[in-house]
Amino acid sequence: MSEAAELDPVESKMWITVTINGSKGTYLVDQRLTLADFIRKQVELPGTHLGCEHGSCGACTIIMGDKAVRSCLLLAAQADGESIETVESLAEDGVLSPLQEAFHANHALQCGYCTSGFLMSLVARLREGPIESEAQAREALSGNICRCTGYTGMVAALMSLPAPNGQSGGVQ
Amino acid sequence: MTQLSEVRNREKIANLGTGMLRREDQRLLTGGGQFLDDLPFGDFYEAAILRSSYAHARILSINTEAAKSLNGVIAVFTASELGPILKDLPPKVTNPKLNYQVRLPIVQEYARYIGEPVAVVVAENRYIAEDALELIEVDYEPLESVGSTAQALEEGAPAVHIGSETNVAVHLIQQAGDPEAALKSSPHVLRETLHVARGGGHSIEARAVAARFDAPTQQLIVWDNTQAPHYVRQMLATIYGVSEDEIRLIAPADIGGGFGPKAQFYGEEVLIPWIAMELKHPVKWIEDRWENFISATMERTQTHRVEVGFDDDGRLLVLKDVFEHDQGAYCVGLQVPTITMSTLPGPYVIPNIHSELISCYTNIVPTSSLRGAGRPQAVVAMERMMDRIAEHLGLEPAEVRRRNLIQPDQFPYAVGLTFRDGSPLTYDSGNYPALLDGVLERINLAEFRAEQTEARKSGKFLGLGLAMFVEGTGIGPYEGARVRLTNTGRIMVSLAASPQGQGYETVYAQVAADAIGCDIDLVSVRHGDTSFIPYGQGTFASRITSTAGPAVWQASLQVKEDIIDAAASMLKIDSSELELRGDRVEVRNDPEKGVSLAEIASIANVGRHGMSVARNQPVAIERTSYFKPSQAAYSSGISAIIVSVDVETGKIEIVRSILGHDCGTVLNPLLVEGQVLGGHAHGIGNAIYEEAKYSKDGQPLTVSYLDYALPTAMEVPTPELFHVVSPSPLNPLGVKGSGEGGTIPLPASVANAVEDALRPFGARIREIPLTPDRVLAAIYGYRKGET
Repeated sequence: MSEAAELDPVESKMWITVTINGSKGTYLVDQRLTLADFIRKQVELPGTHLGCEHGSCGACTIIMGDKAVRSCLLLAAQADGESIETVESLAEDGVLSPLQEAFHANHALQCGYCTSGFLMSLVARLREGPIESEAQAREALSGNICRCTGYTGMVAALMSLPAPNGQSGGVQ
Repeated sequence: MTQLSEVRNREKIANLGTGMLRREDQRLLTGGGQFLDDLPFGDFYEAAILRSSYAHARILSINTEAAKSLNGVIAVFTASELGPILKDLPPKVTNPKLNYQVRLPIVQEYARYIGEPVAVVVAENRYIAEDALELIEVDYEPLESVGSTAQALEEGAPAVHIGSETNVAVHLIQQAGDPEAALKSSPHVLRETLHVARGGGHSIEARAVAARFDAPTQQLIVWDNTQAPHYVRQMLATIYGVSEDEIRLIAPADIGGGFGPKAQFYGEEVLIPWIAMELKHPVKWIEDRWENFISATMERTQTHRVEVGFDDDGRLLVLKDVFEHDQGAYCVGLQVPTITMSTLPGPYVIPNIHSELISCYTNIVPTSSLRGAGRPQAVVAMERMMDRIAEHLGLEPAEVRRRNLIQPDQFPYAVGLTFRDGSPLTYDSGNYPALLDGVLERINLAEFRAEQTEARKSGKFLGLGLAMFVEGTGIGPYEGARVRLTNTGRIMVSLAASPQGQGYETVYAQVAADAIGCDIDLVSVRHGDTSFIPYGQGTFASRITSTAGPAVWQASLQVKEDIIDAAASMLKIDSSELELRGDRVEVRNDPEKGVSLAEIASIANVGRHGMSVARNQPVAIERTSYFKPSQAAYSSGISAIIVSVDVETGKIEIVRSILGHDCGTVLNPLLVEGQVLGGHAHGIGNAIYEEAKYSKDGQPLTVSYLDYALPTAMEVPTPELFHVVSPSPLNPLGVKGSGEGGTIPLPASVANAVEDALRPFGARIREIPLTPDRVLAAIYGYRKGET
């Protein structure tokens, strides 16, 4: 058998069932297809972006189950049976969520390419508890890279979110 | 042309000057961005590129048979299949003295850096294309290579371009006054050698090109996430030997960062559209991060040998700087080192200047402009020496600066050198003492020195560093804008330049709405498509606000006049009695009487097929304006940094960062501050973290974000910003560029701060970035064998 034939990707497809943004579907995927490419190309949700494809920049962050994960480092096959949330799930009928609205109001994005990853990292983080200080805000942002903003707007956005007790400076 | 200030004196300006939130945000926050690889291209083939794995090698043979036979591979191209496009990619900025070496889109015989394109695989998808790359056999004859400018200049160094007698790309000298005589007669002369390392642009979206030949219209459509769509179209038209009308270049509505590297022109941009035409099928190529590390242009590597002569009061008498610049394997352009040459003198009165460039070829990916573009290095050379003068004379660094600043009444100020745009280096406007005062209002020097002395007693080392700069922005030759009244009664502004996050859709709507005096909600802005407007240059060199801004302003003023005249003709009334309110032109004293913009469009633009119109009725209300600045507009700024240096670990903590910035009139403070803040983060990266390292033979050692440290939210403090506003007299808006000012002073100010902190050790900072190993070496002395 030639080397070329061994690499034939047609031979290596599999079925997966994934719930994406609340909608369950079954897909035939290449076994080696990354989860990011699956979401972007096969499911046609291109809001999840690829910045480095080696798990460092965080642009491709999505939520799988209850965790923020790097979709460039996972295979679509690993999402079989999982529930996934992407940036496309955050606004309802075009109405921005409080976090998205805070990003807008605080000029927390410029080119916007890394923004999806930041939002998904922060959504997962905020489900664990409120962000109550600048230090916590910076910690929450530190897994993602932005080259445009210097992070100031994002820190301000997090600090502007309403706290569970109704005061500003923290978030649920 | 009517000035913004005149309009402001006459009527209320509704939009300009307000921090209007961005129109772009909604789509970007919801995953609806229009980035190149997000576009629904359908069945485009996907390309992957085999890149040279040698820094210098002769290619003896390439066997692509196995790759071609792989299932899903459509074609493989090497130089031998691409004869018609093996044409030079000329430098953006050149000089008659340039030791000119041809740069081809793909290696023909000699590979001169790791990352240079060698072959292109086109396949059904990128996965298969990358598989096929592994199956291409290249027989390389490795050649001796050059991994630094120091090595390039050594006696008997290997030639980067075989057949060239020297690795020097260009040797240029600019002088003002009589620097040699001044050095001899100066009461004090200090000398230092300072090195700034390589760094990259690192837009989070890497480069991308897609192309389709549209047979019915016989037009080649190219999508390219470039900063300069018209420039790329022009280059392609020249190389392909077609007219510019046969190519439509589209920079997508959203581009994931630019920072300079996307303003250059690359082999991939020639290869992909050509291959799409050859295959009669659309093709796209999306650069991955590894490719970006080894094939996108970088910047910064320079070694400065600087001398300053001054009097007993610290007044500068002479500046002499001889610097090596790493051009990389080819000259993509001489803009960066020529900018360095003329940025050196900064905001100071210096009667005698010698600025000398020795630019070298090396076997490393070429360099070109990157946020700051040669200025951070120049500021390191100048501002580090200002601190040394202060140290030598026992003066405060701020005081030495104060004594040397050009005064506000000295503008226009002729420095005596020539800027990168070819015009004399003449500063148009500024208030440098106000920048320094702005810092001194925020930092009480006496209190800080007391705190510094006290802290040292407990082993805490605080330091204060200042750096000032003057930045040529808004350069020529021109930029264009087209403003139209549409059939629906809206105003459409089309820009030639493409944005990468700057907020053009917002700020140019502000400009147009205020010029026309209409509701801003009626204004739309689009950009980046050569079919929108015939000519343009692109987004680079912090030039768009002061070139496209005036173009939008001018075209909008003309459109307003047309609209009023059209209404006057329709209402049979003198135009002086009319005014625009909301979406209607109304009679000032009889508002019931008026016509809507849609009605005007229906008469003036849509017209009645074949019917004559009144003699004074304007038709086709659209105006295209190209603004041509007479020279660069000079922004300026100051950075003040307070650091705490851990002398055990070499870690630098930024305690305080203050940035004063003057970009003239501020059109949208939110966007300007965003630019400055982002630039500041980039400057922190350059000062402390980011370094593209190479082995002595040109092997890149940092090709992932695990090796190359981009600053995160943990490393970048929020700076305290203040603006000084000296409107530029060179354009009707009074604006100057703001995209790079945050970056430019940071490497110098951080280095000054660290040296100040470590003064008890007599530490000398000579290399940037200030990684912990360099800081420790500066404290405890260089180990033998270390450079």
